[in-house]
Amino acid sequence: MTNGARLRGDAILGIETSCDETAVAVVAGGQQVLSSVVSSQVDLHARYGGVVPEVAGRAHVERLVPVMSQALVESALEDSDIAAVAATAGPGLVGALLVGVSAAKALALVWDVPFVAVNHLEAHLHAAFLDEPSLELPVVVILVSGGHTMLVLMEDRLRYRVLGATLDDAAGEAFDKVARYMGLGYPGGPVIDRLSGQGDRDAIAFPRAMLHDGWNFSFSGLKTSVINHLRRHPDSTTEDVAASFQEAVADVLLAKARRAAAAHGARGLCLAGGVAANSRLREMTLDACTADGLAAYLPSRAMCTDNAAMVAAAAWWRWQADGPSELTVGADPSLGLPET
Amino acid sequence: MLILGIESATGRVGCAIGGHEGVRASVQATRQRRHAELLAPQIQAACAHADISLRDLGAVAVDVGPGLYTGLRVGVTTAITMAHALRVPMVAVTSLDLVAYPLRHTGRTITVMIDARRGEVFHARYGCLPGGVQRLSDPEVGAPYHVVSQILASDDETLVAGDGAVLYASMLDPLRGVELADPGFAHPSAESLVLLAHALAMREEFVRPDEIEPLYLRRPDAQAPSPSR
Repeated sequence: MTNGARLRGDAILGIETSCDETAVAVVAGGQQVLSSVVSSQVDLHARYGGVVPEVAGRAHVERLVPVMSQALVESALEDSDIAAVAATAGPGLVGALLVGVSAAKALALVWDVPFVAVNHLEAHLHAAFLDEPSLELPVVVILVSGGHTMLVLMEDRLRYRVLGATLDDAAGEAFDKVARYMGLGYPGGPVIDRLSGQGDRDAIAFPRAMLHDGWNFSFSGLKTSVINHLRRHPDSTTEDVAASFQEAVADVLLAKARRAAAAHGARGLCLAGGVAANSRLREMTLDACTADGLAAYLPSRAMCTDNAAMVAAAAWWRWQADGPSELTVGADPSLGLPET
Repeated sequence: MLILGIESATGRVGCAIGGHEGVRASVQATRQRRHAELLAPQIQAACAHADISLRDLGAVAVDVGPGLYTGLRVGVTTAITMAHALRVPMVAVTSLDLVAYPLRHTGRTITVMIDARRGEVFHARYGCLPGGVQRLSDPEVGAPYHVVSQILASDDETLVAGDGAVLYASMLDPLRGVELADPGFAHPSAESLVLLAHALAMREEFVRPDEIEPLYLRRPDAQAPSPSR
């Protein structure tokens, strides 16, 4: 019972349980998505106004086996066709990550195939390739989610440089906090996106922190500024506040990404992470790329939010480069992006 | 029938393999908070020591708690995933039963206390029967002094075991008619799991992997967010 590489084809079963989505996917050769099943727990966490780690951990245990069965059935593969099993090992909620890592190792032992531990951030960077196989590198990736906000220069499949990151709140966190203050419920991203469609994005000039200054971001001041505005002007139109807030976030993200693309000779801009599903951010990215002569890579919403197809894809490249992971690997809640 | 037992409800994590002839191999470690790192290699080692392949298993048994949630989920997830992939049935046993079982020859009433953190313990009372123990009360979570009053109210000669009993030994020591079990009995053991599970398997008391539910005994929102496991 070795965990050594025994090539039985190129299909990898990936598991993602880093936060509040229980997801399993089967991807062949790091590119062809044979199945991708996501069971969202958003309904469980909505009443708490955010993700409750213990609720997430319990739900992952309950849902993982059914989601895994469905992903295997939809892939039309047999157990014996799976060449390796991968799971997100971090960053994320430790109690949630451990469910996916434990399940992946159990499958690897039973099927006698390698186990590959995957970095969640690296997985997000590989998501765009699944929708855009002809993606041309280098690209500047705007990686924005509830837990992360970073600007990454992706030079090759496994070669990247983190140019900047948020110094305080993640972009998605700012959406959630603003939505909570406005009484819009959780998660905040989709509802602010929807309301903004009926609002005037120039109605309120919210601050754009460090717009011309370096590659890092700060969204905590913007959140405070929205809250102060609402206190001073309780009669403000919700739609206008939402649209103006969203515009400020997207403005800063795009301004820095465009500068980064010019500075590093990138051929395109690419969106990744849950906030990449935001329609205004997608629209502004398209416009910016058209204006700057860059390619715009906008993965489908399903590929932006947490899913296991991106985990299986990243695992394929990591496995080719570094071989399988040890079965002694645990979860690392604060794992960073491996830089080269 | 060969059974793999997986146990991770307390600071200990381990597994054992056995069947009608008893335990063939077991690997256990008490290293706190390293469950996910240790368990898969332990299973590999136990298979090697027992000289079997996972494909030879007829059932997977698991300690379903109560215990420390994150560690417990490592064992439960591993067990249900393995049983599902091997297409074999499962046997579920509680951590409290596993602590009581090795003490079955005492003849006294047994109280098991497992540390539940936050000043509480998971607990249950057992009576001894020929060849085993019988649970006299349902598993509960509560303050240690509550368990002490239950013991005093029962007026039974009582043997107290479990890591919760070790933790709150100063409350138990002064009680008349109460003895604290050796610290060697503080944790549920994977060996007891295999022995108990084999008896249950002979009676065909199986469950499907999708029927396994960890015994949390607390609502999820009663758990304060914690940066550690």
